[in-house]
Amino acid sequence: MAETQSECKLWVFVEQRKGKPAEVGIELLGKALNLAEDIGWKVGAVLLGHQVEKLADEILSYGVHEVIVADASGLAEYHNLAYVKVLERAIREHEPEVFLLGATTMGTDLGPRLAARLRTGLSAHCIDLELNDTGELLAVIPWSGGNSLGRISCPRTRPQMATINPGIFDMPPPGTVRGRIIYINGAVDQSDFGYRIVETHHQEAKPGDLETAEVIVVGGYGVGREENWHHIEDLAAMLHGAVGATRPPVDEGWAEGNQMVGQSGRTVYPRLYIGIGISGHMHHLVGIKKADLMVAINQDPNAAIFAHCDLGLVGDLKDIVPSLIESLKGYSQ
Amino acid sequence: MRIIVCIKPVPDPKYAGREVLDETTKTLNRQDVPSVINPLDKHALEEALRLRERFGGEIVVVSMAPEASLPLLREALAMGADRMVVLSDRRFAGSDTLATASIIAAAVRSIGPFDLLLCGDETTDSGTAQVSPQIAELLGVPNLMHVSSVQVSDEKTFRVQSQIEDGYMIAELDPPMVLSVVKEINKPRYVTLMAILDGEQKEARVLTADDLILDEPWIGLEGSPTQIVDLMVPEKKTKAEMLQGDARAQAQTLADRLYRMGFCHG
Ligand SMILES: Cc1cc2nc3c(=O)[nH]c(=O)nc-3n(C[C@H](O)[C@H](O)[C@H](O)COP(=O)(O)OP(=O)(O)OC[C@H]3O[C@@H](n4cnc5c(N)ncnc54)[C@H](O)[C@@H]3O)c2cc1C
Repeated sequence: MAETQSECKLWVFVEQRKGKPAEVGIELLGKALNLAEDIGWKVGAVLLGHQVEKLADEILSYGVHEVIVADASGLAEYHNLAYVKVLERAIREHEPEVFLLGATTMGTDLGPRLAARLRTGLSAHCIDLELNDTGELLAVIPWSGGNSLGRISCPRTRPQMATINPGIFDMPPPGTVRGRIIYINGAVDQSDFGYRIVETHHQEAKPGDLETAEVIVVGGYGVGREENWHHIEDLAAMLHGAVGATRPPVDEGWAEGNQMVGQSGRTVYPRLYIGIGISGHMHHLVGIKKADLMVAINQDPNAAIFAHCDLGLVGDLKDIVPSLIESLKGYSQ
Repeated sequence: MRIIVCIKPVPDPKYAGREVLDETTKTLNRQDVPSVINPLDKHALEEALRLRERFGGEIVVVSMAPEASLPLLREALAMGADRMVVLSDRRFAGSDTLATASIIAAAVRSIGPFDLLLCGDETTDSGTAQVSPQIAELLGVPNLMHVSSVQVSDEKTFRVQSQIEDGYMIAELDPPMVLSVVKEINKPRYVTLMAILDGEQKEARVLTADDLILDEPWIGLEGSPTQIVDLMVPEKKTKAEMLQGDARAQAQTLADRLYRMGFCHG
Protein backbone atom coordinates (compact mmCIF):
# COMPACT_ATOMS: atom_id res chain seq x y z
CA MET A 1 0.00 0.00 0.00
CA ALA A 2 1.39 3.36 -0.95
CA GLU A 3 1.89 5.86 1.83
CA THR A 4 -0.28 8.93 2.07
CA GLN A 5 1.78 11.72 0.56
CA SER A 6 2.90 14.39 3.02
CA GLU A 7 1.92 17.93 2.05
CA CYS A 8 4.45 19.45 4.39
CA LYS A 9 7.64 21.08 3.13
CA LEU A 10 8.99 21.76 6.59
CA TRP A 11 9.59 18.73 8.79
CA VAL A 12 10.49 18.86 12.45
CA PHE A 13 11.79 15.76 14.19
CA VAL A 14 10.12 15.53 17.59
CA GLU A 15 12.27 13.17 19.58
CA GLN A 16 10.74 11.08 22.32
CA ARG A 17 12.13 8.76 24.92
CA LYS A 18 9.68 6.49 26.74
CA GLY A 19 6.72 8.33 25.24
CA LYS A 20 7.85 11.73 26.48
CA PRO A 21 8.70 14.34 23.85
CA ALA A 22 11.84 16.44 24.23
CA GLU A 23 10.75 20.02 24.85
CA VAL A 24 13.03 21.31 22.13
CA GLY A 25 10.96 19.38 19.58
CA ILE A 26 7.82 21.26 20.63
CA GLU A 27 9.72 24.57 20.73
CA LEU A 28 10.81 23.93 17.15
CA LEU A 29 7.22 23.27 16.06
CA GLY A 30 6.27 26.75 17.27
CA LYS A 31 9.11 28.37 15.37
CA ALA A 32 8.50 26.25 12.27
CA LEU A 33 4.84 27.24 12.15
CA ASN A 34 5.84 30.92 12.25
CA LEU A 35 8.45 30.51 9.54
CA ALA A 36 6.22 28.44 7.28
CA GLU A 37 3.21 30.70 7.57
CA ASP A 38 5.03 33.57 5.88
CA ILE A 39 5.60 31.58 2.71
CA GLY A 40 2.51 29.40 2.75
CA TRP A 41 4.19 26.14 3.71
CA LYS A 42 2.82 23.41 5.92
CA VAL A 43 4.60 21.93 8.92
CA GLY A 44 4.90 18.26 9.73
CA ALA A 45 6.09 16.81 13.04
CA VAL A 46 8.01 13.59 12.56
CA LEU A 47 7.61 11.04 15.33
CA LEU A 48 9.41 7.71 15.59
CA GLY A 49 8.73 5.16 18.30
CA HIS A 50 6.54 2.30 19.41
CA GLN A 51 2.93 2.76 20.51
CA VAL A 52 3.12 6.50 20.27
CA GLU A 53 -0.53 7.20 19.26
CA LYS A 54 -1.18 9.28 22.36
CA LEU A 55 1.89 11.36 21.79
CA ALA A 56 0.90 11.87 18.15
CA ASP A 57 -2.45 13.27 19.31
CA GLU A 58 -0.74 15.52 21.80
CA ILE A 59 1.58 16.90 19.14
CA LEU A 60 -1.35 17.56 16.84
CA SER A 61 -2.69 19.98 19.44
CA TYR A 62 0.21 22.36 18.75
CA GLY A 63 -1.38 23.26 15.44
CA VAL A 64 0.85 21.34 13.04
CA HIS A 65 -0.58 20.25 9.72
CA GLU A 66 0.62 16.69 9.97
CA VAL A 67 2.14 14.32 12.45
CA ILE A 68 4.19 11.91 10.39
CA VAL A 69 4.45 8.73 12.42
CA ALA A 70 6.61 5.64 12.12
CA ASP A 71 5.37 3.22 14.78
CA ALA A 72 7.20 -0.08 15.10
CA SER A 73 8.63 -2.22 17.88
CA GLY A 74 12.09 -1.79 16.37
CA LEU A 75 11.85 1.95 16.98
CA ALA A 76 10.95 1.71 20.67
CA GLU A 77 14.44 2.77 21.66
CA TYR A 78 16.84 5.02 19.82
CA HIS A 79 19.23 3.05 17.63
CA ASN A 80 20.83 5.54 15.30
CA LEU A 81 21.11 3.29 12.26
CA ALA A 82 17.50 2.16 12.47
CA TYR A 83 16.27 5.74 12.83
CA VAL A 84 18.45 6.87 9.92
CA LYS A 85 17.05 4.10 7.76
CA VAL A 86 13.42 5.04 8.45
CA LEU A 87 14.02 8.77 8.01
CA GLU A 88 16.07 8.35 4.84
CA ARG A 89 13.27 6.30 3.29
CA ALA A 90 10.63 8.85 4.30
CA ILE A 91 12.62 11.86 3.13
CA ARG A 92 13.34 10.30 -0.28
CA GLU A 93 9.67 9.45 -0.63
CA HIS A 94 8.13 12.75 0.52
CA GLU A 95 10.92 15.20 -0.32
CA PRO A 96 10.59 17.86 2.39
CA GLU A 97 12.58 21.06 1.78
CA VAL A 98 13.66 21.54 5.37
CA PHE A 99 14.36 19.05 8.16
CA LEU A 100 14.98 20.34 11.70
CA LEU A 101 16.09 18.55 14.84
CA GLY A 102 16.86 19.57 18.42
CA ALA A 103 20.55 19.69 19.32
CA THR A 104 20.15 17.03 22.00
CA THR A 105 22.38 14.01 22.51
CA MET A 106 20.07 12.19 20.10
CA GLY A 107 19.74 15.00 17.56
CA THR A 108 23.47 15.71 17.40
CA ASP A 109 24.06 12.06 16.50
CA LEU A 110 21.06 11.37 14.28
CA GLY A 111 21.25 14.66 12.35
CA PRO A 112 24.81 14.39 11.03
CA ARG A 113 24.46 10.69 10.19
CA LEU A 114 21.24 11.29 8.30
CA ALA A 115 22.71 14.31 6.49
CA ALA A 116 25.70 12.21 5.39
CA ARG A 117 23.37 9.43 4.19
CA LEU A 118 21.39 11.96 2.15
CA ARG A 119 24.53 13.87 1.13
CA THR A 120 23.04 17.14 2.24
CA GLY A 121 24.10 20.03 4.46
CA LEU A 122 23.46 20.36 8.18
CA SER A 123 24.06 23.47 10.30
CA ALA A 124 24.79 22.50 13.86
CA HIS A 125 23.75 24.04 17.18
CA CYS A 126 21.83 26.91 15.63
CA ILE A 127 20.50 29.72 17.77
CA ASP A 128 18.10 31.18 15.22
CA LEU A 129 16.48 30.32 11.89
CA GLU A 130 15.28 32.40 8.97
CA LEU A 131 13.37 31.27 5.92
CA ASN A 132 13.28 33.56 2.92
CA ASP A 133 10.48 33.69 0.35
CA THR A 134 12.27 31.35 -2.03
CA GLY A 135 12.30 28.70 0.67
CA GLU A 136 15.97 29.04 1.49
CA LEU A 137 16.82 28.31 5.10
CA LEU A 138 19.37 30.55 6.79
CA ALA A 139 20.69 29.05 10.01
CA VAL A 140 22.31 31.37 12.54
CA ILE A 141 25.20 29.92 14.53
CA PRO A 142 27.68 31.40 16.99
CA TRP A 143 30.91 31.65 15.01
CA SER A 144 34.33 30.56 16.26
CA GLY A 145 35.58 32.76 19.03
CA GLY A 146 32.06 33.43 20.07
CA ASN A 147 31.96 37.17 19.48
CA SER A 148 30.31 36.89 16.12
CA LEU A 149 27.43 35.11 14.47
CA GLY A 150 27.37 33.38 11.11
CA ARG A 151 24.49 32.71 8.74
CA ILE A 152 24.75 29.38 6.93
CA SER A 153 22.80 28.23 3.91
CA CYS A 154 22.49 24.95 2.04
CA PRO A 155 22.02 26.14 -1.55
CA ARG A 156 22.33 23.01 -3.69
CA THR A 157 21.02 20.02 -1.81
CA ARG A 158 17.77 19.10 -0.08
CA PRO A 159 16.53 18.84 2.52
CA GLN A 160 18.21 21.77 4.24
CA MET A 161 19.00 20.44 7.70
CA ALA A 162 19.74 22.07 11.03
CA THR A 163 20.02 21.16 14.69
CA ILE A 164 18.81 23.85 17.09
CA ASN A 165 19.75 24.30 20.71
CA PRO A 166 17.13 23.64 23.36
CA GLY A 167 15.47 26.64 24.99
CA ILE A 168 16.00 29.08 22.13
CA PHE A 169 12.37 29.30 21.08
CA ASP A 170 9.31 29.51 23.30
CA MET A 171 7.03 26.54 23.77
CA PRO A 172 3.88 27.18 21.74
CA PRO A 173 0.64 26.88 23.72
CA PRO A 174 -1.49 23.86 22.78
CA GLY A 175 -4.51 24.97 20.77
CA THR A 176 -6.96 23.68 18.26
CA VAL A 177 -6.30 20.55 16.30
CA ARG A 178 -6.36 21.15 12.56
CA GLY A 179 -3.98 18.56 11.21
CA ARG A 180 -3.94 14.87 10.49
CA ILE A 181 -1.81 11.90 11.35
CA ILE A 182 -0.14 10.02 8.53
CA TYR A 183 1.76 6.78 8.91
CA ILE A 184 5.05 6.02 7.21
CA ASN A 185 6.96 2.78 6.90
CA GLY A 186 8.78 2.07 10.17
CA ALA A 187 10.00 -1.41 9.35
CA VAL A 188 13.51 -2.19 10.55
CA ASP A 189 15.14 -5.39 11.68
CA GLN A 190 17.74 -6.39 14.24
CA SER A 191 20.55 -6.08 11.74
CA ASP A 192 19.74 -2.38 11.40
CA PHE A 193 20.51 -1.61 15.02
CA GLY A 194 24.28 -1.13 14.95
CA TYR A 195 24.52 -1.62 18.71
CA ARG A 196 22.72 -3.60 21.40
CA ILE A 197 21.43 -1.56 24.31
CA VAL A 198 22.31 -3.30 27.58
CA GLU A 199 20.78 -0.76 29.93
CA THR A 200 19.72 2.85 30.15
CA HIS A 201 20.12 4.79 33.33
CA HIS A 202 18.13 7.93 34.09
CA GLN A 203 18.94 10.15 37.02
CA GLU A 204 16.17 11.98 38.81
CA ALA A 205 16.57 15.74 38.68
CA LYS A 206 17.71 16.86 42.13
CA PRO A 207 16.94 20.26 43.59
CA GLY A 208 20.02 22.31 42.92
CA ASP A 209 20.32 20.84 39.46
CA LEU A 210 21.09 23.53 36.95
CA GLU A 211 18.04 23.04 34.74
CA THR A 212 15.57 23.41 37.58
CA ALA A 213 17.37 25.91 39.81
CA GLU A 214 15.77 29.31 40.48
CA VAL A 215 19.11 30.86 41.30
CA ILE A 216 22.31 30.17 39.41
CA VAL A 217 25.74 31.48 40.23
CA VAL A 218 28.13 30.92 37.35
CA GLY A 219 31.89 31.29 37.58
CA GLY A 220 34.14 32.08 34.64
CA TYR A 221 37.82 32.08 33.82
CA GLY A 222 38.16 35.32 35.78
CA VAL A 223 37.97 33.26 38.98
CA GLY A 224 41.62 32.69 38.19
CA ARG A 225 42.49 29.53 40.09
CA GLU A 226 40.96 26.52 41.76
CA GLU A 227 41.57 27.95 45.26
CA ASN A 228 39.24 30.85 44.39
CA TRP A 229 36.39 28.69 43.16
CA HIS A 230 34.87 28.56 46.66
CA HIS A 231 33.72 32.17 46.15
CA ILE A 232 31.28 30.90 43.52
CA GLU A 233 30.14 28.01 45.70
CA ASP A 234 29.81 30.13 48.83
CA LEU A 235 27.60 32.66 47.09
CA ALA A 236 25.47 29.92 45.53
CA ALA A 237 25.03 28.29 48.94
CA MET A 238 24.08 31.62 50.47
CA LEU A 239 21.35 32.07 47.84
CA HIS A 240 20.30 28.39 47.87
CA GLY A 241 21.26 28.26 44.22
CA ALA A 242 23.13 25.97 41.86
CA VAL A 243 26.71 26.43 40.66
CA GLY A 244 27.46 26.72 36.96
CA ALA A 245 30.61 27.38 34.98
CA THR A 246 31.76 28.64 31.62
CA ARG A 247 34.01 26.42 29.54
CA PRO A 248 37.46 27.49 30.80
CA PRO A 249 36.84 26.52 34.46
CA VAL A 250 35.67 23.12 33.22
CA ASP A 251 38.78 22.75 31.06
CA GLU A 252 40.91 23.74 34.04
CA GLY A 253 39.18 21.20 36.25
CA TRP A 254 37.76 23.73 38.75
CA ALA A 255 34.24 22.64 37.80
CA GLU A 256 32.60 19.50 36.41
CA GLY A 257 31.63 19.09 32.75
CA ASN A 258 27.93 18.86 33.64
CA GLN A 259 28.11 22.32 35.22
CA MET A 260 28.89 24.05 31.97
CA VAL A 261 26.26 26.52 30.80
CA GLY A 262 26.00 27.45 27.15
CA GLN A 263 26.00 26.13 23.66
CA SER A 264 27.91 22.94 24.38
CA GLY A 265 26.64 22.72 27.92
CA ARG A 266 23.33 23.14 29.65
CA THR A 267 20.51 25.53 28.92
CA VAL A 268 19.24 27.05 32.16
CA TYR A 269 16.03 28.85 33.10
CA PRO A 270 16.76 30.57 36.42
CA ARG A 271 14.92 33.54 37.93
CA LEU A 272 18.27 34.95 38.99
CA TYR A 273 21.57 34.58 37.15
CA ILE A 274 24.81 35.93 38.61
CA GLY A 275 27.81 35.65 36.27
CA ILE A 276 31.18 36.19 37.91
CA GLY A 277 34.43 36.70 36.04
CA ILE A 278 32.73 36.00 32.71
CA SER A 279 33.45 38.01 29.58
CA GLY A 280 30.13 37.32 27.85
CA HIS A 281 30.72 35.21 24.74
CA MET A 282 27.64 34.21 22.76
CA HIS A 283 28.55 30.55 23.32
CA HIS A 284 27.87 31.06 27.00
CA LEU A 285 24.99 33.53 26.83
CA VAL A 286 22.83 31.40 24.54
CA GLY A 287 22.50 28.96 27.43
CA ILE A 288 20.64 31.37 29.70
CA LYS A 289 16.93 31.75 29.10
CA LYS A 290 14.13 33.67 30.69
CA ALA A 291 16.03 34.97 33.71
CA ASP A 292 14.10 37.71 35.55
CA LEU A 293 17.33 39.27 36.72
CA MET A 294 20.80 38.91 35.25
CA VAL A 295 23.73 40.24 37.21
CA ALA A 296 27.38 40.36 36.12
CA ILE A 297 30.49 40.95 38.20
CA ASN A 298 33.60 41.73 36.18
CA GLN A 299 36.69 43.83 36.73
CA ASP A 300 36.59 45.12 33.17
CA PRO A 301 33.93 47.85 32.77
CA ASN A 302 33.89 47.19 29.02
CA ALA A 303 33.22 43.45 29.27
CA ALA A 304 30.66 42.31 26.70
CA ILE A 305 28.55 40.66 29.35
CA PHE A 306 27.37 44.07 30.57
CA ALA A 307 25.54 44.46 27.27
CA HIS A 308 23.39 41.48 28.14
CA CYS A 309 22.73 42.00 31.85
CA ASP A 310 20.38 44.00 34.02
CA LEU A 311 22.83 44.89 36.77
CA GLY A 312 26.59 45.31 36.51
CA LEU A 313 29.21 45.40 39.25
CA VAL A 314 32.75 46.38 38.36
CA GLY A 315 35.63 45.19 40.47
CA ASP A 316 37.68 42.24 41.62
CA LEU A 317 35.43 39.33 42.38
CA LYS A 318 37.66 38.44 45.32
CA ASP A 319 36.54 41.69 46.95
CA ILE A 320 32.96 41.88 45.76
CA VAL A 321 31.80 38.33 46.40
CA PRO A 322 32.86 38.15 50.09
CA SER A 323 31.31 41.59 50.68
CA LEU A 324 28.14 40.46 49.00
CA ILE A 325 27.95 37.36 51.18
CA GLU A 326 28.46 39.51 54.27
CA SER A 327 25.69 41.89 53.22
CA LEU A 328 23.34 39.02 52.41
CA LYS A 329 23.94 37.53 55.85
CA GLY A 330 22.57 40.77 57.25
CA TYR A 331 19.28 40.07 55.51
CA SER A 332 18.87 36.44 56.42
CA GLN A 333 19.04 36.74 60.19
CA MET B 1 43.84 -4.35 17.26
CA ARG B 2 44.18 -1.44 14.89
CA ILE B 3 42.94 1.87 16.23
CA ILE B 4 42.65 5.08 14.25
CA VAL B 5 42.48 8.36 16.14
CA CYS B 6 41.38 11.55 14.42
CA ILE B 7 42.87 14.76 15.74
CA LYS B 8 42.66 18.40 14.77
CA PRO B 9 44.75 21.47 15.55
CA VAL B 10 42.61 24.28 16.98
CA PRO B 11 43.36 27.78 18.25
CA ASP B 12 44.28 27.44 21.93
CA PRO B 13 40.93 27.76 23.73
CA LYS B 14 42.68 29.76 26.45
CA TYR B 15 42.87 32.61 23.98
CA ALA B 16 39.23 32.36 22.90
CA GLY B 17 37.85 35.67 21.79
CA ARG B 18 41.21 37.15 20.82
CA GLU B 19 40.57 36.43 17.15
CA VAL B 20 39.25 39.40 15.24
CA LEU B 21 36.78 39.25 12.43
CA ASP B 22 38.20 40.70 9.23
CA GLU B 23 35.24 42.66 7.87
CA THR B 24 36.35 42.49 4.25
CA THR B 25 37.33 38.84 3.94
CA LYS B 26 34.79 37.65 6.52
CA THR B 27 37.38 35.37 7.99
CA LEU B 28 38.77 35.19 11.48
CA ASN B 29 42.24 36.47 11.99
CA ARG B 30 43.94 33.97 14.24
CA GLN B 31 47.49 35.02 13.65
CA ASP B 32 48.55 35.66 17.22
CA VAL B 33 46.66 32.74 18.69
CA PRO B 34 48.82 29.64 19.14
CA SER B 35 47.36 26.26 18.11
CA VAL B 36 47.02 23.14 20.21
CA ILE B 37 45.63 19.67 19.60
CA ASN B 38 41.88 19.85 20.24
CA PRO B 39 41.61 18.92 23.95
CA LEU B 40 39.03 16.14 23.54
CA ASP B 41 41.11 14.50 20.82
CA LYS B 42 43.79 13.84 23.44
CA HIS B 43 41.24 11.97 25.49
CA ALA B 44 40.47 9.90 22.39
CA LEU B 45 44.17 9.15 21.93
CA GLU B 46 44.60 8.30 25.61
CA GLU B 47 41.80 5.74 25.33
CA ALA B 48 43.51 4.23 22.29
CA LEU B 49 46.81 4.00 24.17
CA ARG B 50 45.13 2.20 27.08
CA LEU B 51 43.52 -0.31 24.73
CA ARG B 52 46.82 -0.94 22.96
CA GLU B 53 48.49 -1.54 26.32
CA ARG B 54 46.02 -4.37 26.92
CA PHE B 55 45.55 -5.83 23.48
CA GLY B 56 48.59 -4.78 21.47
CA GLY B 57 48.29 -3.58 17.92
CA GLU B 58 48.78 -0.30 16.17
CA ILE B 59 47.56 3.27 16.62
CA VAL B 60 47.41 5.46 13.53
CA VAL B 61 46.68 9.15 13.95
CA VAL B 62 44.85 10.93 11.13
CA SER B 63 44.59 14.68 10.85
CA MET B 64 43.36 16.96 8.12
CA ALA B 65 45.55 19.98 8.71
CA PRO B 66 47.98 22.33 7.03
CA GLU B 67 51.47 20.88 6.73
CA ALA B 68 52.73 23.67 8.95
CA SER B 69 51.00 22.09 11.93
CA LEU B 70 53.10 18.91 11.67
CA PRO B 71 55.37 19.84 14.61
CA LEU B 72 52.35 20.46 16.79
CA LEU B 73 50.64 17.23 15.73
CA ARG B 74 53.78 15.29 16.62
CA GLU B 75 52.66 15.57 20.22
CA ALA B 76 50.32 12.67 19.39
CA LEU B 77 53.31 10.57 18.41
CA ALA B 78 55.06 11.64 21.59
CA MET B 79 52.03 10.51 23.59
CA GLY B 80 52.51 7.08 22.02
CA ALA B 81 50.74 6.76 18.67
CA ASP B 82 52.71 4.59 16.21
CA ARG B 83 52.40 6.69 13.10
CA MET B 84 50.57 9.62 11.63
CA VAL B 85 48.88 10.50 8.38
CA VAL B 86 48.37 14.21 7.71
CA LEU B 87 45.93 15.19 4.97
CA SER B 88 47.04 18.43 3.51
CA ASP B 89 46.01 19.99 0.23
CA ARG B 90 44.81 23.40 -0.94
CA ARG B 91 41.87 21.61 -2.52
CA PHE B 92 40.66 20.61 0.97
CA ALA B 93 40.37 24.23 2.10
CA GLY B 94 36.92 25.44 3.02
CA SER B 95 35.54 21.96 3.58
CA ASP B 96 32.44 21.79 5.76
CA THR B 97 31.79 18.83 8.02
CA LEU B 98 30.50 16.50 5.32
CA ALA B 99 33.41 17.34 3.01
CA THR B 100 35.85 16.87 5.90
CA ALA B 101 34.29 13.55 6.79
CA SER B 102 34.54 12.45 3.12
CA ILE B 103 38.25 13.23 3.03
CA ILE B 104 38.95 11.51 6.35
CA ALA B 105 36.88 8.48 5.33
CA ALA B 106 38.93 8.20 2.14
CA ALA B 107 42.14 8.35 4.18
CA VAL B 108 40.86 5.67 6.55
CA ARG B 109 40.07 3.42 3.60
CA SER B 110 43.62 3.88 2.34
CA ILE B 111 44.98 2.82 5.74
CA GLY B 112 43.03 -0.42 5.56
CA PRO B 113 40.86 -2.42 7.96
CA PHE B 114 40.51 -1.11 11.53
CA ASP B 115 38.74 -2.17 14.68
CA LEU B 116 38.10 1.15 16.30
CA LEU B 117 38.14 4.76 15.15
CA LEU B 118 38.18 7.31 17.95
CA CYS B 119 37.45 11.03 17.84
CA GLY B 120 36.86 13.76 20.37
CA ASP B 121 33.13 14.48 20.65
CA GLU B 122 33.60 18.03 19.36
CA THR B 123 36.30 20.56 18.67
CA THR B 124 36.75 23.81 20.54
CA ASP B 125 36.83 25.87 17.33
CA SER B 126 33.76 25.16 15.26
CA GLY B 127 32.24 22.71 17.69
CA THR B 128 29.77 21.15 15.28
CA ALA B 129 30.33 17.64 16.68
CA GLN B 130 29.29 16.27 13.30
CA VAL B 131 32.42 14.79 11.87
CA SER B 132 32.50 11.53 13.84
CA PRO B 133 28.97 10.32 13.00
CA GLN B 134 29.54 11.40 9.41
CA ILE B 135 32.82 9.47 9.10
CA ALA B 136 30.99 6.43 10.48
CA GLU B 137 28.17 6.87 7.99
CA LEU B 138 30.51 7.24 5.02
CA LEU B 139 32.48 4.17 6.11
CA GLY B 140 29.26 2.26 6.73
CA VAL B 141 30.06 1.29 10.32
CA PRO B 142 28.12 1.82 13.57
CA ASN B 143 28.94 4.72 15.86
CA LEU B 144 28.25 6.09 19.30
CA MET B 145 28.83 9.64 20.49
CA HIS B 146 29.23 11.19 23.94
CA VAL B 147 31.23 8.14 25.07
CA SER B 148 32.40 8.21 28.69
CA SER B 149 33.71 4.65 29.06
CA VAL B 150 34.88 1.80 26.84
CA GLN B 151 35.24 -1.73 28.18
CA VAL B 152 36.58 -4.58 26.13
CA SER B 153 36.48 -8.09 27.58
CA ASP B 154 37.52 -10.03 24.52
CA GLU B 155 38.44 -8.23 21.35
CA LYS B 156 35.11 -9.01 19.76
CA THR B 157 32.70 -7.05 21.90
CA PHE B 158 33.02 -3.50 23.12
CA ARG B 159 30.83 -2.36 25.99
CA VAL B 160 30.41 1.37 25.67
CA GLN B 161 28.84 3.95 27.96
CA SER B 162 27.29 6.90 26.16
CA GLN B 163 25.90 9.95 27.91
CA ILE B 164 22.33 11.13 27.40
CA GLU B 165 20.63 14.21 28.88
CA ASP B 166 19.62 12.79 32.23
CA GLY B 167 21.90 9.79 32.50
CA TYR B 168 23.63 7.30 30.29
CA MET B 169 23.16 4.26 28.11
CA ILE B 170 25.33 1.17 28.02
CA ALA B 171 25.51 -0.61 24.68
CA GLU B 172 27.52 -3.39 23.07
CA LEU B 173 29.08 -3.15 19.63
CA ASP B 174 31.20 -5.35 17.44
CA PRO B 175 34.16 -3.89 15.56
CA PRO B 176 34.69 -2.00 13.39
CA MET B 177 33.08 1.06 14.94
CA VAL B 178 33.48 4.80 15.42
CA LEU B 179 33.31 6.27 18.93
CA SER B 180 33.60 9.90 19.93
CA VAL B 181 34.54 10.61 23.50
CA VAL B 182 33.79 13.17 26.21
CA LYS B 183 36.26 14.50 28.75
CA GLU B 184 35.05 12.25 31.59
CA ILE B 185 36.45 9.15 29.85
CA ASN B 186 40.04 9.50 31.12
CA LYS B 187 42.87 11.83 31.93
CA PRO B 188 45.36 12.14 29.07
CA ARG B 189 48.97 11.42 30.00
CA TYR B 190 51.69 14.01 30.01
CA VAL B 191 54.56 13.55 27.63
CA THR B 192 58.11 13.27 28.86
CA LEU B 193 61.12 14.70 27.09
CA MET B 194 62.18 11.16 26.16
CA ALA B 195 58.79 10.57 24.60
CA ILE B 196 59.07 13.78 22.60
CA LEU B 197 62.44 12.67 21.21
CA ASP B 198 60.92 9.28 20.49
CA GLY B 199 58.06 10.94 18.67
CA GLU B 200 60.49 12.78 16.41
CA GLN B 201 61.61 9.42 15.01
CA LYS B 202 58.17 8.13 14.12
CA GLU B 203 56.63 8.17 10.68
CA ALA B 204 54.46 11.14 9.72
CA ARG B 205 53.23 10.97 6.13
CA VAL B 206 51.63 13.84 4.33
CA LEU B 207 48.97 12.84 1.82
CA THR B 208 47.36 15.09 -0.76
CA ALA B 209 44.13 14.72 -2.71
CA ASP B 210 46.12 12.80 -5.37
CA ASP B 211 47.00 10.08 -2.87
CA LEU B 212 43.39 9.37 -1.96
CA ILE B 213 40.47 7.89 -3.81
CA LEU B 214 38.07 10.74 -3.29
CA ASP B 215 34.49 11.39 -4.04
CA GLU B 216 35.61 14.48 -5.99
CA PRO B 217 32.41 16.51 -5.97
CA TRP B 218 32.34 16.37 -2.18
CA ILE B 219 35.56 18.06 -1.10
CA GLY B 220 36.68 21.61 -0.39
CA LEU B 221 34.59 24.74 -0.39
CA GLU B 222 33.01 23.89 -3.75
CA GLY B 223 32.01 20.44 -2.60
CA SER B 224 30.54 21.52 0.72
CA PRO B 225 26.75 21.42 0.90
CA THR B 226 26.69 24.20 3.51
CA GLN B 227 27.95 27.68 2.68
CA ILE B 228 28.63 30.71 4.83
CA VAL B 229 26.32 33.52 3.78
CA ASP B 230 27.66 36.18 6.08
CA LEU B 231 29.29 36.76 9.43
CA MET B 232 28.30 39.54 11.72
CA VAL B 233 29.27 40.98 15.05
CA PRO B 234 26.15 41.65 17.10
CA GLU B 235 25.85 45.30 17.99
CA LYS B 236 27.20 46.20 21.38
CA LYS B 237 24.82 48.14 23.52
CA THR B 238 25.13 48.74 27.21
CA LYS B 239 22.02 47.49 28.80
CA ALA B 240 23.12 46.93 32.36
CA GLU B 241 22.51 49.41 35.10
CA MET B 242 25.98 49.83 36.56
CA LEU B 243 26.05 49.95 40.34
CA GLN B 244 28.11 52.75 41.86
CA GLY B 245 30.77 52.94 44.54
CA ASP B 246 33.56 50.68 45.72
CA ALA B 247 33.30 46.91 46.03
CA ARG B 248 31.53 47.09 49.37
CA ALA B 249 29.03 49.71 48.30
CA GLN B 250 28.15 47.84 45.10
CA ALA B 251 27.83 44.58 47.02
CA GLN B 252 25.52 46.25 49.55
CA THR B 253 23.31 47.67 46.80
CA LEU B 254 23.07 44.28 45.12
CA ALA B 255 22.25 42.53 48.41
CA ASP B 256 19.55 45.10 48.93
CA ARG B 257 18.01 44.48 45.52
CA LEU B 258 18.17 40.72 45.93
CA TYR B 259 16.47 41.00 49.30
CA ARG B 260 13.68 43.12 47.88
CA MET B 261 13.17 40.66 45.03
CA GLY B 262 12.81 37.84 47.53
CA PHE B 263 16.06 36.01 46.90
CA CYS B 264 17.28 36.02 50.51
CA HIS B 265 16.22 33.07 52.61
CA GLY B 266 16.40 32.87 56.38
C1 LIG C 1 31.68 25.69 19.55
C2 LIG C 1 31.92 26.30 20.87
C3 LIG C 1 31.07 26.01 21.91
C4 LIG C 1 31.26 26.60 23.16
N1 LIG C 1 30.38 26.31 24.14
C5 LIG C 1 30.50 26.96 25.31
C6 LIG C 1 29.55 26.73 26.35
O1 LIG C 1 28.63 25.92 26.25
N2 LIG C 1 29.69 27.43 27.49
C7 LIG C 1 30.70 28.35 27.67
O2 LIG C 1 30.75 28.98 28.72
N3 LIG C 1 31.61 28.54 26.72
C8 LIG C 1 31.54 27.88 25.55
N4 LIG C 1 32.48 28.10 24.59
C9 LIG C 1 33.62 28.96 24.92
C10 LIG C 1 33.30 30.44 24.75
O3 LIG C 1 33.50 30.83 23.40
C11 LIG C 1 34.22 31.30 25.63
O4 LIG C 1 35.55 30.96 25.38
C12 LIG C 1 33.93 31.14 27.11
O5 LIG C 1 32.55 31.25 27.39
C13 LIG C 1 34.69 32.21 27.87
O6 LIG C 1 34.57 31.98 29.25
P1 LIG C 1 34.82 33.13 30.29
O7 LIG C 1 33.95 34.27 29.98
O8 LIG C 1 34.69 32.50 31.63
O9 LIG C 1 36.37 33.48 30.09
P2 LIG C 1 37.07 34.76 29.49
O10 LIG C 1 36.54 35.10 28.17
O11 LIG C 1 38.53 34.52 29.63
O12 LIG C 1 36.63 35.93 30.47
C14 LIG C 1 37.11 36.09 31.77
C15 LIG C 1 36.55 37.38 32.31
O13 LIG C 1 36.87 37.49 33.68
C16 LIG C 1 37.19 38.84 33.98
N5 LIG C 1 38.06 38.81 35.15
C17 LIG C 1 39.34 38.40 35.22
N6 LIG C 1 39.78 38.47 36.50
C18 LIG C 1 38.76 38.93 37.24
C19 LIG C 1 38.61 39.24 38.63
N7 LIG C 1 39.60 39.03 39.51
N8 LIG C 1 37.42 39.72 39.06
C20 LIG C 1 36.40 39.94 38.18
N9 LIG C 1 36.48 39.67 36.86
C21 LIG C 1 37.66 39.16 36.39
C22 LIG C 1 37.86 39.36 32.73
O14 LIG C 1 37.72 40.76 32.64
C23 LIG C 1 37.11 38.63 31.62
O15 LIG C 1 36.04 39.42 31.14
C24 LIG C 1 32.33 27.51 23.36
C25 LIG C 1 33.18 27.78 22.31
C26 LIG C 1 32.99 27.19 21.08
C27 LIG C 1 33.91 27.53 19.97
